[in-house]
Amino acid sequence: MSTLGMAVRDSSTMLRRNLLHARRYPSMTLNLLLTPIMLLLLFVYIFGNVMSTGVGGASADRADYIAYVVPGLLLMTIGSTVIGTAVSVSNDMSEGIIARFRTMAIHRGSVLIGHVAGSVLQSIASVVLVGAVGVAIGFRSTGATALEWLAAFGLIVLFATALTWIAVGMGLVSPNAEAASNNALPMILLPLLSSAFIPVDTMPGWFRPIAEYQPFTPAIETLRGLLLGTEIGHNGWLALGWCIALTVLGYVWSTSTFNRDPK
Amino acid sequence: MTDLAIAASGLRKSYGTKTVLDGIDIAVPAGTVFALLGPNGAGKTTAVNILSTLISPGAGSGPVRVGGHDLVAAPQAVRGSIGVTGQFSAVDGLITGTENMLLMADLHRLPKAEGRRAAAELLERFDLVEAADKPASTYSGGMKRRLDIAMTLVGDPRIIFLDEPTTGLDPRSRHTMWQIIRGLVAGGVTVFLTTQYLEEADQLADRIAVLHGGRIAAEGTAAELKRLVPGGHVLLRFSEPQAYEAAAAALRGAGRDDESLSLQIASGGSQRELRAVLDELDAAGIEADELTVHTPDLDDVFFALTDPADLAAVPHQTKETVR
Repeated sequence: MSTLGMAVRDSSTMLRRNLLHARRYPSMTLNLLLTPIMLLLLFVYIFGNVMSTGVGGASADRADYIAYVVPGLLLMTIGSTVIGTAVSVSNDMSEGIIARFRTMAIHRGSVLIGHVAGSVLQSIASVVLVGAVGVAIGFRSTGATALEWLAAFGLIVLFATALTWIAVGMGLVSPNAEAASNNALPMILLPLLSSAFIPVDTMPGWFRPIAEYQPFTPAIETLRGLLLGTEIGHNGWLALGWCIALTVLGYVWSTSTFNRDPK
Repeated sequence: MTDLAIAASGLRKSYGTKTVLDGIDIAVPAGTVFALLGPNGAGKTTAVNILSTLISPGAGSGPVRVGGHDLVAAPQAVRGSIGVTGQFSAVDGLITGTENMLLMADLHRLPKAEGRRAAAELLERFDLVEAADKPASTYSGGMKRRLDIAMTLVGDPRIIFLDEPTTGLDPRSRHTMWQIIRGLVAGGVTVFLTTQYLEEADQLADRIAVLHGGRIAAEGTAAELKRLVPGGHVLLRFSEPQAYEAAAAALRGAGRDDESLSLQIASGGSQRELRAVLDELDAAGIEADELTVHTPDLDDVFFALTDPADLAAVPHQTKETVR
């Protein structure tokens, strides 16, 4: 079998293992879903009236804010899901079976690739679920074409892949599950400091550049543009750049950490 | 057979300033059982981890070949010919026994049907059929070890590493494990095992190396090693002081313990040596109330092999408390 064939086969075996874990122990996945759904309901129904004037002026109502906030929460859902990835990678590394994998003639990277693939699939499923809640409370895209939907899906996959590789690295360097969960905290804090809930230009001036150029904001603005027809501008390229950079960084970091002698 | 399944020379490993392996040579002919004997912290696991490609050999190590492949140059080829059961259970606790086995079959890239058959056969052979559909985390220690070894055997490795396969097992599970290991050897597999128990090495191994402080203190067959160890003795206990005194007079050279009225006679524990002691007692018309044969244990081996002066300095009292 070719090296690539081996890599694909072993990685899909590892993916099956991770999906089996996720299916058998769904509580963590569901817990992590709770955060974005609660924030969605909180911001729409509790803060919605105030927030809507902030994003759309005095004439805006809650429906406008739903449209504004859902794309941000979809990407925040990914951030929340990958915290679970960091925790499960950290847990997994403490298991004896990882030592077994290391002494088998399998594709070296398959252990990590299995985690990444599993986590990306989980992210997509979570995004679909949170999206369904969004639609249920009134979110509608405004005239997005099939191509734009496809691009939106592609963005979600790329963004999930990027954050997942970083989370895998965080899981690998964390000595235990608690540390992994703490280390991965930025994944859910960064969206709060982005344009997910309020426009960047309503933030204090000194903070704006940080909010504007951190990974979440360009991705959120791009998703908004694709689904709602708002201006994307340079955010599309910025989002793509972040996705590629984080994926490469996370991949190199994770594989070099994993390939080091254990302990 | 001159084919060496495992050949290492000058194996070294240190962490910072702590030297774990200080240049050990290992040669294991194919189809034999080799036991690395040593207490906790002697470096046994480090040796297994290096030979099984889990960690890299330390700087200054000589060449290492496992299954005919160079460990550093061709680690994947080495991995393809070995099976490893580590000290800590290497099973996936979150999934069932069957799923663990099928995972191994998939990673060995066996065709689906063949993988299922191999999994079912091994579960049957290791008496795990009943528990096959329960999560491995619910298994007892002995069951986990059996599943662990069953997983190692998927794909028919010709060289198997077992790191303390019976540590923490109850006596029945230990004997089951010994039978399993004997079964492997009968199938022509080379076994490299580590243990803290002299008896285990004695039962299973063709050759034994005693690892102490990162060096091999002695190597040989069980019989050869035991000859190096003067720790074996026969212990006679008496309830009557008169009988005790008479026996002490008859058995000159016996170590006396006047408080417990017991005599200790150095002995390898062989039938002939034992009979000689009994004959002398019979000739003197003395009957001991209790007779026990003490075989050398690991402590004795270490005292003997590492520093003979230490051994001489150990009072008999201390040694009695050993067992």
